[in-house]
Formats: sequence, C-alpha cells, structure tokens
Amino acid sequence: MPAIEVSDLRKSYGSLRAVDGISFSVDAGEVFSLLGPNGAGKTTTIEILEGLRDKSGGSVRVLGLDPWSDAYELHKKIGVIPQGFKFLDYPTPREAVGYYAALFGKKVDPDELLKRVLLEEAASTYFLHLSGGQKQKLGMALSLVNDPELVFLDEPTTGLDPQARRAVWEVVRKLKEEGRTVMLTTHYLEEAEELADKVAIVDHGKVVAAGTTSEIVEAHGSGQKLMVKGGPDLEEYLRHNTKLIVEASGGEVTVRLKGKDDALVALKAIEESGAAWSDLMVRRDSLEDTFLRLVGEGAVSEETS
Amino acid sequence: MFSFKRVIADLKVFGKGNFRSREGLFFTLVFPIILILLFGAIFSGGSSAPTTVYVQNLDGGPASIAFIAALNSTSAIRLVSAPTSVNLTQYLSSHSSTNGILIPAGFTLAYEEDQPVNVTVYGNPASTTSAVVSGITSEVVNQFNIEGASNVHSVRVSQEVAVSKSYSYIDFLVPGLIGFAVLTSPMFALVNVSSSYKRDKIFKQLSLTPLTETEWLVSKIMWYISMTAISFVLMSLTGIYLFGAQISFSPGVALFIFIGPFMFVSLGMLVGTISNSPESAAVVGNLVTFPMMFLSGTFFPVSSMPVYLQNVARVLPLYYVIEGLTNVMIYGNYASALVDFGVLVAVSAVIFALAVKFFKWRED
Repeated sequence: MPAIEVSDLRKSYGSLRAVDGISFSVDAGEVFSLLGPNGAGKTTTIEILEGLRDKSGGSVRVLGLDPWSDAYELHKKIGVIPQGFKFLDYPTPREAVGYYAALFGKKVDPDELLKRVLLEEAASTYFLHLSGGQKQKLGMALSLVNDPELVFLDEPTTGLDPQARRAVWEVVRKLKEEGRTVMLTTHYLEEAEELADKVAIVDHGKVVAAGTTSEIVEAHGSGQKLMVKGGPDLEEYLRHNTKLIVEASGGEVTVRLKGKDDALVALKAIEESGAAWSDLMVRRDSLEDTFLRLVGEGAVSEETS
Repeated sequence: MFSFKRVIADLKVFGKGNFRSREGLFFTLVFPIILILLFGAIFSGGSSAPTTVYVQNLDGGPASIAFIAALNSTSAIRLVSAPTSVNLTQYLSSHSSTNGILIPAGFTLAYEEDQPVNVTVYGNPASTTSAVVSGITSEVVNQFNIEGASNVHSVRVSQEVAVSKSYSYIDFLVPGLIGFAVLTSPMFALVNVSSSYKRDKIFKQLSLTPLTETEWLVSKIMWYISMTAISFVLMSLTGIYLFGAQISFSPGVALFIFIGPFMFVSLGMLVGTISNSPESAAVVGNLVTFPMMFLSGTFFPVSSMPVYLQNVARVLPLYYVIEGLTNVMIYGNYASALVDFGVLVAVSAVIFALAVKFFKWRED
C-alpha cells in the first residue's frame, strides 16, 4: 500500500483553481518532492494531505486514512513542519518538546530529540531569540515527537542561509535512513535533486512531469548536447555542412545530439571548418534545464527574487 | 475525548510564557494594584484636610446651636455658616461646593416636643467627601437623639441625594476595580492571543497535535481564573490596609472570580476568532470593552448615573460581576448576588458555546 495516494485532486477558491487535477503516489520509505514555482499549488496540496484543508474534488488517502475526516487519527501518525514555522514566544526548545510529548502522551527525552535535529546548543533559549534556522529545526523536532511514519516538510529551507539549509538536509537524510516516508515541497531544484527519490513538477495546479530526476530529464529534457566556444564562422560552417540542430549565443555554439553518430559528425565538421574553437564539452540536460523548459523562465526568476 | 492532562500541559506552557513576558504579568497583576492605589489615593484623601460644609440654620434656637456645636467638634469637617436669606443649593454652587447641611425652622421646637424633624444633607454621591459629611451628620444626629430628654429618636437625617451612611467610596471602588481587572486582563489578552495565533499559524500547528480547541480554551479560562483570584487578593488587601476599605472576604466571592474570567476569556476568544486580522480584532475588542469598562460601575457607582445610562449598564455583563461582588463583599446580600450569578452563568454559557462554535483550527 502506498503511503500517499492522490488521484485527480482538486481545490478551488471561488473561480481560482489552486489545484487542478493532481495525481501521484508515494511509496513508504520514499522521499518524494513536489517541485514548482510559488503559487503552483504545492502548499494547498500538502495541506490537504495533512488534513488541514478540505478538498473540492478527487480522492486522497494518506496512510490509508481520509485526511479530512480522519484527521485526529492521522495526526498521531504524521509529522508536519509548515512553511515558515512559528511558535509561542517563550517556551525554550526543551520545554516545547516536553509540551508536545505531553500532548501526544509520549515519553520523549527532549535533549536527545534536539540533538537529532542539531539544536542541542539552543535547548534553553526562548523561541523568540532563536535564529531562523534554529526555529526551523525546532519545527522538525516537534514534528518528530510522535515518532511519525510520514513527515511533511513544506518549503523547509526557504529563507535560510546555506549552512542552515545543509543542516536541514542532513536531518531529512536521517529521516529516510530511519525508514520514514518524507514528503517535501520546495522551489529549490538543488534541494529536490539532493534529497528526493522521486519528484513531481507542478505548475498552475497540475503535475507537468513526474518520476525520478533522471526519468524526468530523459522524458522532458532535450537530451545531450555538444558545446564549444567559437565564433559565427564556426556556427555558419556547422549549419551549412551538417544536418544537426545548431544554436549559438554568447560566443558559444551548441549542437544537439540526437542520433548515436551525431557527436562524431559534429567533431569532424568542427575540425574541417578550420575555424578557431576551444573548451569543447558534451553535457546532458540537467533537472534545472528541464524544469525551466517545463515551467518557463519567468516563473523561476520571479520566485527566486 | 476531553483530556485534562493536555489542558494542564497547555496551561503550564501558557502560564510560563505569561510570567516571562513582562507586559503580560504587568497587565494581569501590577496594573490593577496601580489602579487601586491611584483611585484610592484620589478619593480617600478625606483624612488629610477637613471638608468645608456650609450650614444654613433656619431655626436659630438653642437645640440647633447645640447641634451645630456637636458637628463642629468633629475634626473631619469645617463648618461655615450660610446666610438664612439664600437658597442653599444655589449658594453651594456659587461657592463651588456640593456639601451643605440645612437645619429647618422649628428644629428646636420639634426637638423639645419630640416631634420628628429632618436635617437635610446636600452632597454629591460621586464624591467621597459627601459620604464623609453624611456619615458624620448621621453620627451626630444619633448622639444628639440619645442625649435628648426623652430618649426618643426624633431628629432624622434626610439626604438630598442618597449615599449610604456607613460606606465610603473606597468600599465601592474595590469591587469595581476588581471587576475592571476581571474584564480587561482576559479580554485584551485573548483578543490579542487568538488573532495573532491565527496570523502566525500557531493554531494550525496545534491542530496537528491531539490538543482540541475546547481543551485549549479551558486552559486559558483556568489561567485567568487563577490570575483573577491572585489580583483579587492583592487588590482587596491594598484597599483594606491602605485605604481602610470595609469589605469582607466571603466565600461568595469565589462565584464571581470563577464566572467573570470564564465569560471574558470566551468573549475575547470570540472577538479574536471572528476577526480577520489582529488589527481589526483590537478595534472590535475595544468597541466591546470600553463601554463596559466605564458604564458597569468600575470607577463610580452605577446608581450615580442618569437613568438611561443605568439601563444601558444593565445589559452589560460586567455590571452583574460588579454588582454581584458588591452584594457579596459589602452588603452580604447573597440573595441578590445569586441572581447576578445566575444572569452571568446564562450569558457565559451562550458566549462560550459561540466561541467554541466559531473557533476552528482548520479551514475549509
């Protein structure tokens, strides 16, 4: 049984379709990432899965439960770190963990749990005075108090410095090692590539690509390309003397490699051209190239600014 | 489903937070004491300087002169005689005073013949000095009657505006200001807490734990009942030892220390939960709080207000808290206090039910 099963999920606010027929499934023990620009419907989707919002249509099962009507049961089995985790001003992380342990009726050693999320050094600092990264780590610690099978992380590293981001990643890797299923939303490609076993790229409330990162690149990327530094004469020569697709920009000539022999043809032509060239390399489309192709550059520059 | 253990866990965290945030503590415990010190000092200054009282003696006979001499022997008032030709009320107002005593013509004759006769005390019920004047006059009248030849109490005191003779302003001020604390500290805190928790998604966060909305609300009610009990003790002791307030710590007080915070925590929660932002919650909260703060008998007795305002006061829940506390602490009138308590139970039940109904951690 998959840990999460989503089929044709829909959520509308008036005429706005925030989620417009999303389907995917997540196996137990997997790290699954919803990747997409801001406003793509990631948070709405994840909040429906967490039982915090009702859906407008479609079907959702999380750990075999209906997240909206069985929320009280579900919440005992899942851990959630919401986007931009905030908490009461005055408990210290140690007290906050104690509070959650009492609410869940679990015996938990706060110090040990804080050590697991790398927050032991701030165990006695009021929440008010924690740094952004430390607050996020407390969010992770609280989400683990009930020893959840499934952990949701909504944009866990947004607004964190690179060091704090890496610390959060470290914790996510540990969660996977411990056999927990992790559902992660992010708009950082790097984060999805680092952590996720499987990725679904969402845009405008729809899944536009899904699978492992290499499957997505395979299916939606442009394949391999040969890149070489050279002037317009080189580009001209390749265009007229081969049947390859040639593009040029900024003093760099790119040749798409579709067939098996395309690379050899291109190399031969470059040599025959007699034009000046340097820095030749062959590279495969990255997830970033594919992502940009799928959701458009505008969306990305907008959300990273 | 309801778990008392979770209520206690939540109470511990909320209480610690309150003690650590100094403003929270200030408004819950220190501010009410400052209020009572301030108002007590302003209105109980009677002992420091004698009050000037204008006496108009329309009789002039020996009994009236003896009566004035008896009044004069107390150090708390200083008598100034008013001419017999003027209207005493106008004379008082032209001398910026509200304190006057009118001895009617025929006083001596009536006294000698043991006929009933009225001495009229003019006063302002909102002022403590008037209470002092009226109290002293009554005492002198009593003494005077006892000394009368036949031991028949024939001289009476009638008051133009009634102020109970043996109570002073501070006695009414203590229950009034306790009512003020019962209202403001939970209302302002809950309006703020509920709307800012909503903004910061802390309710969403809590909804992911087994804690329920009702458990959370009960924990807040328990906290403010405890705080009110503490501030009740502090305020009463301040009133008694610093200003000589004559109030009693009867067990009936507990009814109002319980029901007051119960009501205003629920009301604050309701206001915060139906508002869209902390800013609009603060506005709505003030709209609800301010009329109650001034019209329910907090700083001055409701009986001194115009009748139409008294009617307004009677629809404000705080009125019944203060009236109930006054009935219990001053008059020992338990039958009336139970009526006040009954009204409060009914109103609180409705407000609590509404707060629970509208207070939802999850959104559709």
